[in-house]
Amino acid sequence: MKPLEGLLVLEFCQYMAGPSAGLRLADLGARVIKIERPIVGEGSRQLAIKNLFVDESSLVFHTINRNKESFAANLKDPEDLKSIKTLLKVADIMTHNFRPGVMEKIGLDYETVSAINPKLVYGVVSGYGNTGPWAKKPGQDLLVQSLSGLSYLSGSANDHPTPMGLAACDMLTGMHLTQGLLAALIRRGKTNTGGLVEVSLLESTLDFQFEVLTTHYNDGGKYPKRAKEGNAHAYLSAPYGIYKTKNGYISMAMTPLTTLVPLLNLELPEAYKSTESWFEKRDDIMDILRSIFITKDTEAWLTILEAADVWCSNVYTYKDILEHDAYKVLRMDQLIKNSDGQVIRTTRCPIRIDDERYYNEKAAPKVGEDTDKIIKEFNL
Amino acid sequence: MKPLEDILVVDLSQFLSGPSASLKLADLGARVIKIERPEIGDICRTLYVSNVKMNDDSTVFHAINRNKESFVANLKDEEDCSRIKKLIEKADVVIHNFRPGVIDRLGLDYKTVSKLNPKIVYGEISGYGPEGPWKDKPGQDLLLQSLSGLTWLSGNEHDGPVPMGLAIVDIISGAHLVQGILAALVRKSITGKGAKVAVSMLESILDFQFETITTYYADGGQPTVRTNSNNAHAYLGAPYGIYKTKDGYLALAMGQIPVLGELLGCEQLTTYQDINSWFDQRNEIKEVLSEYLATDTSQKWLSILEPADIWCADVMDWERLMKTEAYQVLNMEQEVKMGDGFKFKTTRCPIRIDGEILLSSKGTPGLGEHTKNIELEFNL
Repeated sequence: MKPLEGLLVLEFCQYMAGPSAGLRLADLGARVIKIERPIVGEGSRQLAIKNLFVDESSLVFHTINRNKESFAANLKDPEDLKSIKTLLKVADIMTHNFRPGVMEKIGLDYETVSAINPKLVYGVVSGYGNTGPWAKKPGQDLLVQSLSGLSYLSGSANDHPTPMGLAACDMLTGMHLTQGLLAALIRRGKTNTGGLVEVSLLESTLDFQFEVLTTHYNDGGKYPKRAKEGNAHAYLSAPYGIYKTKNGYISMAMTPLTTLVPLLNLELPEAYKSTESWFEKRDDIMDILRSIFITKDTEAWLTILEAADVWCSNVYTYKDILEHDAYKVLRMDQLIKNSDGQVIRTTRCPIRIDDERYYNEKAAPKVGEDTDKIIKEFNL
Repeated sequence: MKPLEDILVVDLSQFLSGPSASLKLADLGARVIKIERPEIGDICRTLYVSNVKMNDDSTVFHAINRNKESFVANLKDEEDCSRIKKLIEKADVVIHNFRPGVIDRLGLDYKTVSKLNPKIVYGEISGYGPEGPWKDKPGQDLLLQSLSGLTWLSGNEHDGPVPMGLAIVDIISGAHLVQGILAALVRKSITGKGAKVAVSMLESILDFQFETITTYYADGGQPTVRTNSNNAHAYLGAPYGIYKTKDGYLALAMGQIPVLGELLGCEQLTTYQDINSWFDQRNEIKEVLSEYLATDTSQKWLSILEPADIWCADVMDWERLMKTEAYQVLNMEQEVKMGDGFKFKTTRCPIRIDGEILLSSKGTPGLGEHTKNIELEFNL
């Protein structure tokens, strides 16, 4: 039995943060029904990356919304709203990411819904929380990366602010939502009442920076300083970073220079003997290391360094990793199939329970694909 | 009532991935007992960033391990180990991140532990999973970023590999572990049975790239190509990126190029009428945009684009962010106090429950600070 079997989730969320939480709940065994606007459906159906579409919906939409059902409803139509309320009576979780005030207008705000079903766990995703001057700003990943200071942590010293090249804020927010929803379900197991779980992209992105923010709060408010070249973490000492070799790259994690330097057939200059200097003189030290690493192939360095238990690695592309035995042995990918019979290869849930990997071949639904079935099943 | 009150977590893990998971459980209300080696404790205590120490331990250790208790035990010592087993008999959750094989030698593997306590939820984090050619490789954040293809997503096309400047792999695998543990606790509240929950840093960071890996599978395995400038997502079209302005930077998320052209008064942009061109000719479009946006201030552009509902934002560092009302209204900071009276400022849990923020004033434990009390309390 998958851990969340028997739980019913109604997902009013669109785009990435909320639906990624719904996907995780689905993969862990819950039944997830997307509540979507008739015909158009949720926003990310039309949001493509690399212009790739599967059917009427984009490949990204399919990636995030597999293993779910779709119920089409116009929340402004009283009949449809009534059906939704009936469905909410038997649901365990609902999630939405409407901007503050919208659910109140529709009549599906927490107060109203918890009166209908006091056991329901109600999840909300916002951009910036529901008060304050940014409450109505669009909560989009890159914008939150830009506003939260995050873009000053990646890239090297002379680069412009460098965003992380994935929807990191969305995904972290979705993870926090999942955590909050599940924690509230555990509490419900004891108290028999539901609860309200709220996350925001900004709070989640600040939490993501908790280590460096805690350092910043307590180091007299110093600012992150990225290394001159090959930066991998603004706050970590040399050799931490990526170096060019004769035929590629090598990544070096934290390793005492006193261990590393002799392995490179060098002598550590007096000026770099103290561990403090490894941070203070980071750029100079990394310059020296760069001049050494460039002289041999990556594999040659790995042979020398791995034998001495130094934390280092090659730098792989998708082709390198996805064709590697270390990837294949994970059995991380799976084939899913939509109702037209189209097959898509995607990844599976990363969590293994009781040594079992979870697969599910159900692809994302078309808008309203399950409406009739759900109407019958729940007598709506 | 915090949702996880009266749940007892015994945490054998160190560094970031495992301890970040137990921090989240602690903030949601669980009691977390951190098991540490005599004398040295969690290695993270001495993993200083930018040479900053707080009350003798590293700032990152404090950020990750507040709100926990510390119990000292040498797991290789039979007597100490049997004390830990006794503690585990009373626990709801155990967490560890030893390399595969080590935990078996210690006699604290799932099989043994679940015999002691069949209700236990047993969480483990490995670097690369329990099988395959990399199972004994060190599971360190930068190495995982480098091996998983992630470093080709951030930065610009000619930058070489650019890592994300935070321990993203640790944080995400820790977050997945929390999801799995909580899901298993939900099931336990129904079935009364425990579970083994396993995540690996490699599976977690592949899951994090589910959109782009699914795209790689769909496009026939084409290489990842970032834009020549202003890259924020290798698989998205223009304008997605951060642009220099006269006095700072401006972030632009998805938007229609001709509409942007008209609003900004940049005629050249209005010629890109075909939606596909926004991806296919993104380098060219970004060049036009970056030249144009450099001619005036961020505020000027925001004052045009925001009223037109274009997804855009200023780009802030922490100093500017922390001065905004939007940051202050979140109350994201909290002060915590250690057993010896030392106080420091850190961030709080990003999840709100029932409209409340979750705070805890309990600071970081000194090494073994709670050993005696715990021995007495649990009769160890």
